[in-house]
Amino acid sequence: MKITEEMVDYVSALARLKLADEERSAMAAELEHILEYMEMLGGLDTHDIAPMSHIFPVRNVLRADVAAPSMDRAVLLSGAPVPDGEAFLVPKAVD
Amino acid sequence: MTMMSLCRLTALELAGKLCAGEVTQREAVEAASARIAATQGTLNTFITPDGPAFPAADLSASPLAGVPMAYKDNISTRGVKTTCASKILGDFQPPYDATAVERLSAAGAVSMGKLNMDEFAMGSTSETSWYGSVRNPWDTGRAAGGSSGGAAAAVAAGQVWYAIASDTGGSIRQPAAHCGVTGMKPTYGAVSRYGLIAYASSLDQLGPIARSAADCAAVLDVMMGGDPRDGTSLDIPAGKLLASLSGDLRGRRVGIPADCFGDGLDGEVSRAVLAAAEVLKGRGAQVETFALPAVRYAVPAYYIIACAEASSNLSRFDGVKYGWRAEGYGDLNDLYCATRTGGFGREVKRRILLGTFVLSAGYYDAYYKKALQVKAVIKRAFDEAFEKYDLLLTPVTPATAPRLGESLSDPLKMYLGDVYTVSVNLAGLPAASMPCGFDAQGLPIGAQLIGPALGEQAVLDGAHAFQLDTDYHRRMPEVTL
Repeated sequence: MKITEEMVDYVSALARLKLADEERSAMAAELEHILEYMEMLGGLDTHDIAPMSHIFPVRNVLRADVAAPSMDRAVLLSGAPVPDGEAFLVPKAVD
Repeated sequence: MTMMSLCRLTALELAGKLCAGEVTQREAVEAASARIAATQGTLNTFITPDGPAFPAADLSASPLAGVPMAYKDNISTRGVKTTCASKILGDFQPPYDATAVERLSAAGAVSMGKLNMDEFAMGSTSETSWYGSVRNPWDTGRAAGGSSGGAAAAVAAGQVWYAIASDTGGSIRQPAAHCGVTGMKPTYGAVSRYGLIAYASSLDQLGPIARSAADCAAVLDVMMGGDPRDGTSLDIPAGKLLASLSGDLRGRRVGIPADCFGDGLDGEVSRAVLAAAEVLKGRGAQVETFALPAVRYAVPAYYIIACAEASSNLSRFDGVKYGWRAEGYGDLNDLYCATRTGGFGREVKRRILLGTFVLSAGYYDAYYKKALQVKAVIKRAFDEAFEKYDLLLTPVTPATAPRLGESLSDPLKMYLGDVYTVSVNLAGLPAASMPCGFDAQGLPIGAQLIGPALGEQAVLDGAHAFQLDTDYHRRMPEVTL
């Protein structure tokens, strides 16, 4: 399948990535090459096979409903690029 | 004992000398530190070297207590920089330990620091690291394999006696093969993933790299078992793998999938792996060849599923909660884009884009859903194989370690190198890589033993039996400094 630079732009926007012009055309060619190879899966008949997301049967995992302290806020904020002591700071998102 | 002769011991041998009082914990740590200091500049195995306070460990805590080891840098260690070898995590110090780290610390593991790897474990040569490539101790012009290249090279070079790494599509087994050491990926769910920074959650699993299968058994005894903080972990009893380890393979049936010995496999690798089958026969195993055609679809199915999951898992790296943030952004979306574009390396971006594509409207059924169906086919093929066999024997890699730089120019070629390892992750099975010979250039060759789900004991028995009759795992490279 042909992968155009427009398609690369579309998935880049979904993935919150911004490729430079020369990177975009190289990426289009690389993705096309890789996806072309992946099309070999079409050679395996799977029409009556259910897709398998979990390798072992999924079961509901519950634990006792016991209150426990959360992680300390100051400790969590200490790893943030721009904290203010109470929250993570970001540019204004809602007017 | 001289420091260098200490470095040649297995982890269990060193533990024995610590318990007997023949070697002190300080001497063991100093031997590791000296070896790291001498070889780090050449091999680039560590991102963050660290060292313990003394006394480091209670020697009665476990059979490996007091033995210096190290963690791959995608495993969370409280207060110790954890980078995933990526610029985007910056100097991130996790506020908690991974469950595996907690358990190993309680068992007396002595950490020497954090090991280099491919960025976010995405790569097969440990060259995509923001911190520079790892070099193979057997030939420093070659790659150590990946993504756990730092872990395998550190053990091979005698810097530490064992390492904890992760395996999503071969990231423990493949570098172990390229570096001539033993690596084990347990059954999916056998070890808690809590604190392992996720690449592809349905495939990721933690495991050991060490000199011997017995060392791996001792490490897994500590790591395995259910964890309330990982809902996919399996509620299995604490391990008795080491205590039950047997070199007697009488009555064990070993299958060799003919489809793993076809086109694309190097002749020297093929001969060494088939010679390993003869050693297993000598220990009593019955060996026969059979067909496993489904494995030829494993690489494309694996890369679709792994990239899809990665594109979702890596969305959490956005310059807000931890790590590095770009400068000069405008609005919030721009902050995300600038940080992710500047913080991720090329291979990570490629896989995020590939994963985003296969999940996007219009392509989901043709790629992602199809890959999940192929996964079911592969799982069924392994289930059928294990009705006839207790173990499967395959190569780990199509060839020995590539030259540095050789793989980066052609990503698809690099992905195809994972042909023998990825099906094991898709099927959730345990598998070990064990050194089984050397090629004409003196580079190590690995053989893979695959077991049925929760068949860790069978896998380790097979590798242990092989190592009782061979000495490939005892050989050490002379690192050219």
